Amino acid sequence: MEKSLSWREFIITRLIQSSGYSAVIFVLLIFFFLLREGLPTLSEVDASSLLSVRWYPIEDYFGILPLISGSLMVTLGAALIAVPFGIGTAVYISEIAPRWMREILKPLVELLGGLPSVVLGFLGILVVSPFLRIFLDLPTGLTAFTGSLLLGGIAVPTIVSVAEDALDSVPRAYREGAWALGATRWQTIWRVTLPAARSGVLTAVMLGVGRAIGETMTVMMVTGNAPVLALKLGSLFSPVRTMTATIAAEMGEVANGSTHYHVLFLIGIVLFVISLIVNIIASSVVFRARKRAERILS
Amino acid sequence: MKYFFAQNRHTIQRLGFAAITLIAVVTVLPIIGTVVFILIKGSSAISWNFLSGFPHDGMRAGGILPAVIGTLYLTIGTAIFSVPLGIAAAIYLAEYAKDNQWTRLIRLAIINLAGIPSVVYGLFGLGLFVLFLQFGTSILAASLTLSIMTLPVIISTAEEALRSVPQAFRTVSISLGATRWQTIRRIVLKEALPGILTGVILGLERAAGETAPILFTGAAFFLPRLPNSPFDATMALPYHLFVISTQVPEMPIQIQYGTALVLLVFVLTMNVIATVIRSRARARRQW
Repeated sequence: MEKSLSWREFIITRLIQSSGYSAVIFVLLIFFFLLREGLPTLSEVDASSLLSVRWYPIEDYFGILPLISGSLMVTLGAALIAVPFGIGTAVYISEIAPRWMREILKPLVELLGGLPSVVLGFLGILVVSPFLRIFLDLPTGLTAFTGSLLLGGIAVPTIVSVAEDALDSVPRAYREGAWALGATRWQTIWRVTLPAARSGVLTAVMLGVGRAIGETMTVMMVTGNAPVLALKLGSLFSPVRTMTATIAAEMGEVANGSTHYHVLFLIGIVLFVISLIVNIIASSVVFRARKRAERILS
Repeated sequence: MKYFFAQNRHTIQRLGFAAITLIAVVTVLPIIGTVVFILIKGSSAISWNFLSGFPHDGMRAGGILPAVIGTLYLTIGTAIFSVPLGIAAAIYLAEYAKDNQWTRLIRLAIINLAGIPSVVYGLFGLGLFVLFLQFGTSILAASLTLSIMTLPVIISTAEEALRSVPQAFRTVSISLGATRWQTIRRIVLKEALPGILTGVILGLERAAGETAPILFTGAAFFLPRLPNSPFDATMALPYHLFVISTQVPEMPIQIQYGTALVLLVFVLTMNVIATVIRSRARARRQW
């Protein structure tokens, strides 16, 4: 009895331990399979062609610059919308709203985070883009800006919940100190609470932007799918094509193992590396902030 | 002069608070607007035939049964893989792992998994499950892909739930002669159950609404019958909504709104259940 019990205990402990490491294994597996399918590109297409401005796979033009610029443009627009609204809402929930309001707002913002991106894209096609076309007098409503607007909505819940956590974890004594010195609540928010939560708010912005870069369905449905190099501000109001949308739209139609197939995986590698960098920086900011807080408190 | 400044900064505060409140309202109103709009627009399409029928006439008429069933299958399939693995990983992190380099590596991996774009999961699923392991475009391949995507949500919420169980519970159980695993299974897991359940439902909610990861791993444009094995491809609600709103010309708008409504209700119901479980558990908690 004793023996069998300890055997079971041993096996279960090992199982749990290996489950713990599964996340590491999955990240490595994902990277490995992306490389396996994406690296052959480098021997099939020369670098000058990859870095050109023409994406026209049917005639073997695989310039990924228009796709990268499309992603950057849409994401930048999304960040410009999501950052003020996200941080503003976080400040409202954490610092200004009465308690009952907070109890309503937090689940509502979480709900936005749970809305399927395909539903947002659907509304983008039927409601947002016709509205923008008429309101801004554009030839088409399917533009980078439409994508930015909807992606902003996707980034907001991430920014709000992470930034709100950061603001909430600022010790109450900081605020009380500021009030005692005669600062108004408004001054306290700007000069004490927000600076103290700086690193958490920065993490919130990075994670929100990271989500926006990786978003696929919404941008595929509303940005018009035109792979042209977008460098000017004006191209915000014309159709673009992002990296994610290109993969999603074209992978279904390519032959496995073709050059086009390999290039799409290469774009996947670019996206993977971007998300890796964003997340490593975001988490190192958090680690550093935690260490600093520990130093101050001890 | 002094008085003027004192007045002035209170005016600034009033203006500032008004501005921030306005920002919050402008952020939240579209959320409510979106949900209400789809509820109103879609409700007229909902009928028993719509929910229980197959699409016909090139999907321009009929129902969405295969898409609903497909999404159910995918959600269940995702749960089968990701729930045990996610909870076990959370138990490891909360109960066994020491605070060292390796544990930090695991945490970094979890954060990165959470950040990988959904379409990249689709590529990975295509490379590993569909082609390398030769599962084909199937429910199995799509569920496995979705499980890995769901894992970070389940692990981090379950770990938080486990950590919120007071240390004293473990000490008492161990001192009564229970082994570590017995303590975890009968005491810690039982107390953390509502929190874990919340995380599981939120993770599955995300999986149910995703399109990009199943595009090349398991989703079918149209199937005349229901899938009858895990190796069949399947229709799914989010992919179906994508197809009928972008790929089918002259698609009746009613059916589009109706499909969006069913998907929204599916996802929101899970969201509300998760929220209710969490708030009830918090209200009942005595420690």
